[in-house]
Amino acid sequence: MDVLYFAWVRERIGLPKERVETSATTVMELVEELRNREERYQAAFADLTALRVAIDQDLADFDAPLAGAREVAFFPPMTGG
Amino acid sequence: MRIVVQSDPFDFGAEAGEFAAGHHDMGAVVTFTGIVRGDGGLDRMEIEHYPGMTEKALEKIAGEARERWSLGDVLVIHRFGAMKPGEMIMMVATAAPHRKDAFEAAEYLMDYLKSRAPFWKQEFTADGSAWVAAKDEDEDALTRW
Repeated sequence: MDVLYFAWVRERIGLPKERVETSATTVMELVEELRNREERYQAAFADLTALRVAIDQDLADFDAPLAGAREVAFFPPMTGG
Repeated sequence: MRIVVQSDPFDFGAEAGEFAAGHHDMGAVVTFTGIVRGDGGLDRMEIEHYPGMTEKALEKIAGEARERWSLGDVLVIHRFGAMKPGEMIMMVATAAPHRKDAFEAAEYLMDYLKSRAPFWKQEFTADGSAWVAAKDEDEDALTRW
């Protein structure tokens, strides 16, 4: 699936988008896999209360299932308007 | 209903005028415009967004407003990219038979697009840059709806 990062999450991880081959069944499992990769992922995912997630461009929870998901995005709380 | 996400500036007067014209059964039009404030030595603001999700989220918010209030039309224009103090960031407009619906729907749109539309503001000053943190009060504002 495609994993996208925005704002300071993108800056900490150092890229806006990557292709991830994963067997994770929930967002939380995907987060754990990414955390185990490298320091920069640990830094980005240190505090999940400071993060939001979208599955296929709809806001979701961290315990949401990933079955059939094509695109998962991580970003800080939004500041539009 | 029109949703526009663009980096270019927009002409508020022309947009508001066009929106307000031609609604023979709409007695009220409300507009809101957000402008970059030059507080704290701000040089510029840059807004990042999530192409695709942004349009989808704005359409959802506008659609919910139309279900909730008696509205003839809704317009949302939101910019991304770099903006200087004084520049317009975004506008919403609502048209309704009566003003209460138009005012309330415009407030609803603003409350929701502040914390449910995927935009992120970054402020640049002479000292560097910082991402704007979401405020608890913006999240709290949703509970009144």
